[in-house]
Amino acid sequence: MAYRLVTRTETSLRAQLLVPLAAIVLTLLAGSVLFSLLGKNPLAAFHAFFIEPLSTRYGIGEVLLKMGPLLLIAQGLAIGFRARVWNIGAEGQLLAGAMAASALALHFDTSESAWLLPAMVCVGTLAGAAWAGIAAWLRTAFNANEILVTFMLSSIALQLLYYLVSGPLRDPMGLNFPQSALFSDAAMFAPLLDNTRVNNSLFLALAASLLAWIFVQRSLSGYKLLIGGLAPQAARYAGFSEKKAVWLGLLIGGAAAGMAGVGEVAGPLGLLQRSISPGYGFAAIIVAFLGGLHPIGIVFAAFFMALIYVGGDMSLVSVGLPNSSATIFQGLLLVFYLACFLFANHRLQKVEIRH
Amino acid sequence: MSALLRLRGITKVYPAVVASDRIDLDIEPGEIHAILGENGAGKSTLMKLIYGVSQPDEGTIQWQGKTVHIRSPAQARQLGIGMVFQHFSLFESLTVAQNISLAVKGSIKQLSAQVEETGEKFGLPIKADTVVHSLSVGERQRVEIIRCILQNPKLLIMDEPTSVLPPQGVQQLFETLRKLRAEGCSILYISHKLEEIRQLCDTATILRAGKVVASTDPAEHSNESLANLMIGRTIDPPVHAPANTGTSNRLRVKSLSHVPTDPFGTVLKDISLHVSPGEIVGIAGVSGNGQNELMRLISGEELHTIDDAGELRINDTCVNRLNPLQRRTLGLGFVPEERLGRGAVPELSLSLNGLLTAYRHGLTRLGMIRFGAARDFARQCIAEHDVRCGGEQSLAGSLSGGNLQKFIVGREIALQPSLLVLSQPTWGLDVGAANNIRRALLQLRDSGAAVLVVSEELEELFEISDRLHVMFDGHLSPSLPTRGTSTTQIGRWMSGEFLQEAATGAENH
Repeated sequence: MAYRLVTRTETSLRAQLLVPLAAIVLTLLAGSVLFSLLGKNPLAAFHAFFIEPLSTRYGIGEVLLKMGPLLLIAQGLAIGFRARVWNIGAEGQLLAGAMAASALALHFDTSESAWLLPAMVCVGTLAGAAWAGIAAWLRTAFNANEILVTFMLSSIALQLLYYLVSGPLRDPMGLNFPQSALFSDAAMFAPLLDNTRVNNSLFLALAASLLAWIFVQRSLSGYKLLIGGLAPQAARYAGFSEKKAVWLGLLIGGAAAGMAGVGEVAGPLGLLQRSISPGYGFAAIIVAFLGGLHPIGIVFAAFFMALIYVGGDMSLVSVGLPNSSATIFQGLLLVFYLACFLFANHRLQKVEIRH
Repeated sequence: MSALLRLRGITKVYPAVVASDRIDLDIEPGEIHAILGENGAGKSTLMKLIYGVSQPDEGTIQWQGKTVHIRSPAQARQLGIGMVFQHFSLFESLTVAQNISLAVKGSIKQLSAQVEETGEKFGLPIKADTVVHSLSVGERQRVEIIRCILQNPKLLIMDEPTSVLPPQGVQQLFETLRKLRAEGCSILYISHKLEEIRQLCDTATILRAGKVVASTDPAEHSNESLANLMIGRTIDPPVHAPANTGTSNRLRVKSLSHVPTDPFGTVLKDISLHVSPGEIVGIAGVSGNGQNELMRLISGEELHTIDDAGELRINDTCVNRLNPLQRRTLGLGFVPEERLGRGAVPELSLSLNGLLTAYRHGLTRLGMIRFGAARDFARQCIAEHDVRCGGEQSLAGSLSGGNLQKFIVGREIALQPSLLVLSQPTWGLDVGAANNIRRALLQLRDSGAAVLVVSEELEELFEISDRLHVMFDGHLSPSLPTRGTSTTQIGRWMSGEFLQEAATGAENH
């Protein structure tokens, strides 16, 4: 008896909802096997991962803190992904936004203007978009693959950050530590909940989600991008410009990532340093797909992914799991998601082999 | 003697429709058996059930007297059922023999000999070492048929085999099929071309709405009576009144030459044509002679490059460098050959598919889609062109080919183009649906629009067009008034004779 994959004629909404759920269940199962092999009680590990973060005010604050950038970036990326524009360099665009906003904050370090923070958000957003725009330009002008270009631009952005924090933007009073001076209060987001680190930048992510929903579900531009992704021939037939789709897809993703970068330096960090993001730009790719590239699905996916981040930290302390367990969880989730997604569009068929 | 294949009470229900409704069918050894029916009558479903692509919900299939469950095409082939699909499954970059070796056991050398020998025997001449991309559509069909024959089928299913052939090719194919019959192979012949069925087939089973309505000897019927059985009502062919042509040109192509970006595409050579308001101009020719390339250049999906010669004008504006959208703004409407994935997006509803080209016509406000207006627009297309579907929220991919085509044509006509260009407007459609579309085109013409139609079906071009061009190997013939010409002349031109005529004409001057 053998099996083969057959393309399904229709995909049901039920299947689309089942896929992320099945991926989560499989991740938990695989996770418990791993934890058992490490000699840890899986139940205790899961408790640390998924219950502990939500049982304290501080924990909830941390989850929301991590959810903000993930949500923001994933919404931006998903718009590009729906048009089959593969921006995997959101990490670099986030850094670009963080650097630009920091430069502004440090230049006006004595300012108390209420306009400083909005200006930083704008500059950071534009910087992220510009960083992604390089990839859009290379793709439209020279047909350079945007997957490679955005990815490599991430490495460049990281080197640029290292240069800035050890040179032009280094704190002159900072004992040669590779980091900038602390931002002034006017350059920081106000706290949202007392005794937590979560701040008002979360509202940017929620507002972006609403905008993304309107863009994707209601706007003609969103429709054009969708057609370009579903049926490139039909988009050409209707006269929707492919170049415009590439530009729009990359610029929106870059802008969202850049804005998320501002949220980091003007939020929990309060300065520019060598490490800005624990891989939000890459984790957001998983979030976008786990959310089915749908603005509402992404909200849940971002929450779940943030939970894994915080849970990873907590399990480190309470169960003694290795540092990398959160990363492993993310990886498992993506792999299982992709595997399950295959079955949303395909089914297994028995094939009898005769001899 | 028992039947080769016997279907009893075969029923297949899809969520929206009963595609096969208690079908009984007997195919005798060594007969050519036609399956005749409108679009959506259930022909394709029935073939899929016999070839094992899908399984019936009820009923039994007997093969040589034994009840069988055909679960896959591989199993069907093992039983001795072969099928030649409408869309070929050949690898373009492999040779004929290599392609066949993927399905038939044996070394390339043995197969090459077998291929040419079989080809010889059945009137399907082909060279086994030719690379498939250099073959014409007719030759590719030969490869498909030979591939089936080499597997020694007892039953060969042919799905609309003549839709890709020129008139001469059709007769050749019939000879082949008759030889196969003489060898004892039965043939299940799916078509909606009544004349062919009367000429070729021993028995015809006529389907209507998933049911068998008659099983008869087609030679005893006239085209009209067969058509009546098929659709259950009489069809009036559209009245072809002379054109009332304006003097201006809606479309003018001047000495156009073009090298397509696709390396396997046909190079267009010095093409000139014009279409005036109130006339339908047809372009005949076997497919693959540059029609697709010309259509893409006119629609703007492929751009005229700086290296290309000539000029394209729509409503007196040079459109060489304009994109499809800008050309639409000048009054162009276009119906492409591929319905799924080009003319429509299968994953989206009809309502969203209407938006594809109609969004500029009041279906958006401030960059936002007016979903209510889009639904109304789709409903209007559905109602005006009798599109059979579950409503404007049905997915385009769930419609039968003919009904989707009616929707696409309806959408383009509803946009009131001053120039409508269509590629294979009734390809694969039944008589009723095709007549509806032709009537709509004549109406559009009479309202003063210019219409350009590319088609492989000569009858269709003769029925609706006022002037005819022929395309061959990237050349376009001069135009002939349809009323003053014959199918024989056009048929000769289709094999390139107009080029020689032009050459001798030039010598004489």
